[in-house]
Amino acid sequence: MLVILFNAFNGLIQGAFYALMAVGLSLILGLNGVINFAHGGFMAMAAYFAYTLVPYVGFWGALIIAPIMAGGVGYVVEQLIVRRLYLRDPLYSLLATFGLALIIQDLLRTIWGAQGVPLAIPDFLNQPLSQVYFFLTGYRLFVVALAIISTTGLFAVLRFTRLGIRIRAGNSDLETIAAVGVNIYLLRSANFVLGIMFAGLAGILAAGQIGLTPTMGDQLIMPSFVAIVVGGVGSLLGSLVGGLIIGVASGVTAAVYPAATEVIIYVIMGIMLVARPRGLFGQEGLLE
Amino acid sequence: MNTETSTIPRESAVPTKSALQQRLPMAILGIALLTVPFWLPLLGGYTDLASRVLIFALAAMGLNLLLGFTGGLSFGHAAYFGLGSYGTGLMLANYTHSTVLAILVGTLIGGAAATLLGPIAVRRRGIYFSMITIAIGQMFYFIAVRWNSFTGGEDGLTGFSRQPINFPGYTLDLHSSQFYYLVLVCFSGGAWLLWTILNSPLGHLFVAIRENQKRLTFLGIRVELYIAISFAISGFVVALAGSLDSLLDNFTSPDNLRYTLSGNLLIICVLGGMRNFWGPLIGAFIFVLVQDYISSITQNWMTVIGLIFVLSVIFFPLGVMGFFRKRSRT
Repeated sequence: MLVILFNAFNGLIQGAFYALMAVGLSLILGLNGVINFAHGGFMAMAAYFAYTLVPYVGFWGALIIAPIMAGGVGYVVEQLIVRRLYLRDPLYSLLATFGLALIIQDLLRTIWGAQGVPLAIPDFLNQPLSQVYFFLTGYRLFVVALAIISTTGLFAVLRFTRLGIRIRAGNSDLETIAAVGVNIYLLRSANFVLGIMFAGLAGILAAGQIGLTPTMGDQLIMPSFVAIVVGGVGSLLGSLVGGLIIGVASGVTAAVYPAATEVIIYVIMGIMLVARPRGLFGQEGLLE
Repeated sequence: MNTETSTIPRESAVPTKSALQQRLPMAILGIALLTVPFWLPLLGGYTDLASRVLIFALAAMGLNLLLGFTGGLSFGHAAYFGLGSYGTGLMLANYTHSTVLAILVGTLIGGAAATLLGPIAVRRRGIYFSMITIAIGQMFYFIAVRWNSFTGGEDGLTGFSRQPINFPGYTLDLHSSQFYYLVLVCFSGGAWLLWTILNSPLGHLFVAIRENQKRLTFLGIRVELYIAISFAISGFVVALAGSLDSLLDNFTSPDNLRYTLSGNLLIICVLGGMRNFWGPLIGAFIFVLVQDYISSITQNWMTVIGLIFVLSVIFFPLGVMGFFRKRSRT
């Protein structure tokens, strides 16, 4: 029983990473209409920024500054590359961000080396909180808490601020909000940066747990796609729930039948597609 | 796929030209391909490189039936390529000494998987379709990585080699240039099949789906069924290419199943021109040669390949063939 509980909790942590990634991807997919293949690259990039910043500004400073830096890079990328492809077939943005992912990964490897490095986290976060439930370290609870706070914050921004209202309006009808005078190019840039910052946050948190490698994003991006499909395209809540579901499912599977740890999430996706093609919270016909 | 936002000029699959105009480039291409083992070493190349170009061209042409002519953006065709190569590799390693049988089985396994999984993917369109095909593809990747005892896991599958093909009174030992001709025969067969399909009513229907799905739906055509058919056919062709790829290196690895390969196949289509029948061949020629050359001179070849992706998408969305066709028309 304890083993199952342990793995389920592990899966929940993993699911929190998937969810943070999926929420960022989902934001960008919704308003920018781009499947951002470079999301994993941006995530690893932010983690390496944090790794470099920790000696100067400490863990907490890095946690705030590194996602902003990654967001800055995201802004440049959006201006130079992604923006040119909005009016084209989705194929082109897909391939462009795919190429971008290769470039980012190569640059990270050239600068920081292919070997994994650990990200130093504050000591008090590393203590187990209980003797029986040894897996409940402070850091893991911190990851869950931060994931909850940041996504709640995002939902609040989308619900109550002018930017958020425009993003939601743009999701449902971009032409109309352009016609009423919203600068949709600016809006899309802001949205892209917001999505990248979520990837950055996920990257730093993941690096504290599993360490840094240039390819760390690769392991998280596919499950994030699955999270979006399971949760339903166009629904941020769906992406969040989808991420948590597949995280817990693969965590529990790791205890019961380890060989199927990764495959289970694709099986869940398959079942979802057959039973309910639009996903848990998806709208029918969006982005099709 | 949303046809309204497509900037690709609408062209039929088959250009209408005079018979001579149409046949002359084909004849030159045919002669050039037939004589590769004789002239390639003179230019400093090696025959296996030509085999690789043709294998990737075949895979990309198969994918292009779905991508360029039916308008289905699959990012998961590496799965069928990889299944073809694992099928062939496992047959030769465990069950048979017949190269031909192994190729057949590999192609059937990959094609059958595409036939079964296509109908699930076509339940959704557009970007959604791409995400589902990627995810389905990755499933096979993880199966290959995890099923160590059968597939060799992350290290890949070794312990097999292409076996001589025995004809009555003659034996093909399939060394480098003989294997090239085997690849050329398969490539020609695949190209012929695709060409025939594209010129049949079925092929015209595929192109019509690409151009205006809604209209066909209203005409009473079961669009989903036909996209699934296109998906299946392209799966078989890609699986054949994958099967040949495992024979080329006498090795196959999970990389043959990974989404990176799907991306490479797509960029090959785009580089050459995905609205052109021979575009993927040009694309494969450029991509394989550049990759081979770049990875021999720099560690940072990934950046170069990435730049090819980004730059070709931004500046040459129509690819080489599209670029020249536009030139010659204006």
